[in-house]
Amino acid sequence: MIRGITVRSPRERKPARHAAGSVAGRPRVDSQPGWTGPARLDAVEISAWFGKTKVLEDVTLSVPPATVTALIGPSGCGKSTFLRILNRMHESVEGAQLAGEVLLNGQDIYAAGHRLTEARKQIGMVFQKPNPFPAMSIADNVTAGLSLTSTKVGKTERQELVEHCLSRAGLWNEVKDRLNRPGSALSGGQQQRLCIARALAVEPKVLLMDEPCSALDPTSTRRIEETIAELGSQVTIVIVTHNMQQAARVSQQAAFFLAEQGAPGGIVEQGLTTDLFEHPVDPRTADYVNGRFG
Amino acid sequence: MSTVEYTRPQAVPSLERLPRKLAPGHQPSDRIFHGAATTIGMFVLFITGSIGIFLGYQSIPTLRHYGLRFFTETNWQPELDKIGIAAVLVGTVEVALVAMVVSFPLAFMMALFITDYAPKRIKSWLVSAIDLMAAVPSIIYGLWGFFLLQPHAINVARWLSQYLGWVPIFKVDTDPNAAVWQQSRYTSSAFIAGLAVSMMAIPLACAVMRAVFDQAPLGEREAAMALGGTRFGVARTVVFPFAKGGIIGGTMLSLGRALGETAAVLIIISPEYVIKPRILEAGTQTTSALIAGNFGDATKSQLSALLTAGFVLFLITLAVNSVAAVVIRRSRSGAGTDI
Amino acid sequence: MTILHTIRPLESAGPDEPTDPPRPRRGPRRIRVFTAEDWWSLVGALASSFALVMVGYEHILDFSGLLGFLLCWYLVFLLVYGTLVSISNPRPLVVERLVAATLYVAATVVIGALGTTVVYTFVKGWSAVAHLNFFTHDMAGVSPLSPLNQGGILQAIVGTVIEVGIAMAVSVPLGIGTAVYMTEVKGRGSQLVRTVVESMTALPEILAGLFVYIVLIVEFGFPKSGVAVSAAMAVTMIPIIARAGEVALRVVPGGLREASSALGATHWKTVSKVVLPSARAGLATATILAVARGIGETAIPLIASGASSFLTFNPTGEPMNSLPLFIYTAYTTHEPLAITRGFGAAAVLLTMVLVLFVVMRLVLRDRSARR
Repeated sequence: MIRGITVRSPRERKPARHAAGSVAGRPRVDSQPGWTGPARLDAVEISAWFGKTKVLEDVTLSVPPATVTALIGPSGCGKSTFLRILNRMHESVEGAQLAGEVLLNGQDIYAAGHRLTEARKQIGMVFQKPNPFPAMSIADNVTAGLSLTSTKVGKTERQELVEHCLSRAGLWNEVKDRLNRPGSALSGGQQQRLCIARALAVEPKVLLMDEPCSALDPTSTRRIEETIAELGSQVTIVIVTHNMQQAARVSQQAAFFLAEQGAPGGIVEQGLTTDLFEHPVDPRTADYVNGRFG
Repeated sequence: MSTVEYTRPQAVPSLERLPRKLAPGHQPSDRIFHGAATTIGMFVLFITGSIGIFLGYQSIPTLRHYGLRFFTETNWQPELDKIGIAAVLVGTVEVALVAMVVSFPLAFMMALFITDYAPKRIKSWLVSAIDLMAAVPSIIYGLWGFFLLQPHAINVARWLSQYLGWVPIFKVDTDPNAAVWQQSRYTSSAFIAGLAVSMMAIPLACAVMRAVFDQAPLGEREAAMALGGTRFGVARTVVFPFAKGGIIGGTMLSLGRALGETAAVLIIISPEYVIKPRILEAGTQTTSALIAGNFGDATKSQLSALLTAGFVLFLITLAVNSVAAVVIRRSRSGAGTDI
Repeated sequence: MTILHTIRPLESAGPDEPTDPPRPRRGPRRIRVFTAEDWWSLVGALASSFALVMVGYEHILDFSGLLGFLLCWYLVFLLVYGTLVSISNPRPLVVERLVAATLYVAATVVIGALGTTVVYTFVKGWSAVAHLNFFTHDMAGVSPLSPLNQGGILQAIVGTVIEVGIAMAVSVPLGIGTAVYMTEVKGRGSQLVRTVVESMTALPEILAGLFVYIVLIVEFGFPKSGVAVSAAMAVTMIPIIARAGEVALRVVPGGLREASSALGATHWKTVSKVVLPSARAGLATATILAVARGIGETAIPLIASGASSFLTFNPTGEPMNSLPLFIYTAYTTHEPLAITRGFGAAAVLLTMVLVLFVVMRLVLRDRSARR
């Protein structure tokens, strides 16, 4: 038992080997078209290349709606690459390629008919280094996504949205009286929560987080973990972290990535977080969660 | 068993600890090297500085002779001793402004195209094309402007005077609606010269803008992309606010170049010493063309006058370039740029 | 478009799981951002706007001229394309497509202007260049009106080469020396030097020529000659080399200098054996840029030398022609044959610039390949 873990389970979980989500046989409510709540995300046999180098091999992962999934593993094994494939940021790199499908509520976001900007709007991302827009005020930062996607909101609606998103991100009380100050005039942890608020403002169905706390101090980290826990029931979250304790604290299920020397990375083991940490099946998983490498 | 005695050295309490003076201890070869480099630097400083001082010094007799009339007189008639640079300065500014109006949007769009929209394979070719455009001698642009561009550009000029002739700068002193319109009144104008000069302004502004666009922080770009922004959305949210300084600075640098341009202007315009805002109409004069055209038969005092005109031009160009350098250096985008 | 897939449930490898047969390895997939529908919208908008403007231009609107036609086509195209795209796409995408179309047009205009300049020069000068005597004779005794199989521009070519050569011989050492002074020696005057040198890059070339004319030619009685031109050229070239050279030297990592000093090298040895070779490519490009500038200057030869028609290798004592000056004087005659010769000279000048340019690209590529 790793000390200090509280496994948060906002939903009842059946203690089966299958993770939450597969109700045998019956059609799922969240794959109906028109479902606007948190979505399920399925990555099917994803492989990725940078130029000629293959960096991911056949990764398959199902992310049930309204859960928090952690991607853990040592550095350099493709976790961030995989995450960026989930919201079509991977292809923005020169020479990047991929194979496989990413299904958002059953629809492949890489299909020809699906717009790139639409996919990214529905699947938001928070980056490792906080990147608020320095030329904009805090309030404008929050609504930046709306202006980027030309979503019109009335003035009162906008103010409510700013308050709502900043509250969900756990930042409202700290900045409510200085909403017009520039977005860069905040501490690192506050900037990151601002980025979370900004990502939430466009109402994504899934939120991806790429090591959001690695550049922050422990207090800010704890605040953000609390935020993630609260958001977990409203938005599907996938978080990359190389901090195992953090993964144990915030996620319900986890996937362990590993890349052998010179080989592309892939998932070694995935399942409920508690299972992965307490009863890992693969010896490499056991080594990693017990701190013998990484 | 021996014990090791250790006595701590006693500091002399009354002696203050001050930094030691270190002798640089340069080798003789280094002293020669430093001396040579300093000599070269001072020599270059002397030569270049003395030009500026010389230009200023030569202006004194001119200004003493003509006084402030030098800046208000429009004619340049040395034989009547009536010379002034009023018309010439206005013409210089007009040509430069036409060049700016044409080159700024084109340079800006080209820079944005190269950084964000061009297919990656041709990006380096486009950069080279812009650099080549900067290297082409101005007399070749003058020939191009006069022989190839002018016949087409006068049609545009005629259209402008036809439909926008109520705006003073677009008026021409001939009837644009006539069935057989006087082509010669539209040639050799500030407009055409400005178009040719813009060919030299575009690559300079474009190179600076492209350099700063490229430096827009990747983290912010990715944040804008991840929110669902299009390429243009990312550009206007992240790149343009970042690149403000470089955009302004690059434009001012190209303005400085446009003000001093000689060969292309010489070829295209027909000299006329009149202050006129009508840029579409034939006839204008710029400072550099004035000097190039008149130095041959100039007497000593007229040479001084030409020099004074040149000195004024130099001061203006210097001011524009200095402001540009300050704007670039102070801005967020300029901090890493070496202009 | 709804695509339903059978989704494999989240599995942890265990004995009670059914194992699927191994699937074949997939290669990368082609991701299309610009769909077939987008292509048809673009082509359709281009064609229909072209047709509309064709019909309306001459007859309905009574405009004239090629430039106006192109402008009208562009505006109508924006309208049609914008409407087409907005049928099935949200607003940000419509804006994006219109912006992209405009940028492509702007790039075409700029590249087209450059391209027509180069092509036009070569085409108009071709009939002069086609004769071998163009390169082997000078214009001594040949009137500008004589046919193209007589006379040539050898004096101008030789003049340009000699003048630029002398200017380079003077300005490269002085320019690089100044750059070394500013970055390596960093004397107390270096900030002043930097400021003055930077200001001098703003000096219009005609003022450099005028300075040389007044000081050397009028005051000291030097004749109008190639040396006078070289002097004025050097005045414009030195600040360019000094400033670009300073940048090139500054970029050399300080760690290299420290490593060299730590090995016990004198400052001079560090500079000559470590810093300068590292900055070689940057210094070369600085020189090439300055030379390209010097070759093309017209105002300086106009003022400081004369348009002689005699071939001479003597840069002192007599006027020396050069390519830009030859072009300008040919133009001023307004005679077609002379102008064709002028274009021929322009073609030669442009070729020189192109060659310099290719050399610069090769030097730069060499540097990036080395890294």
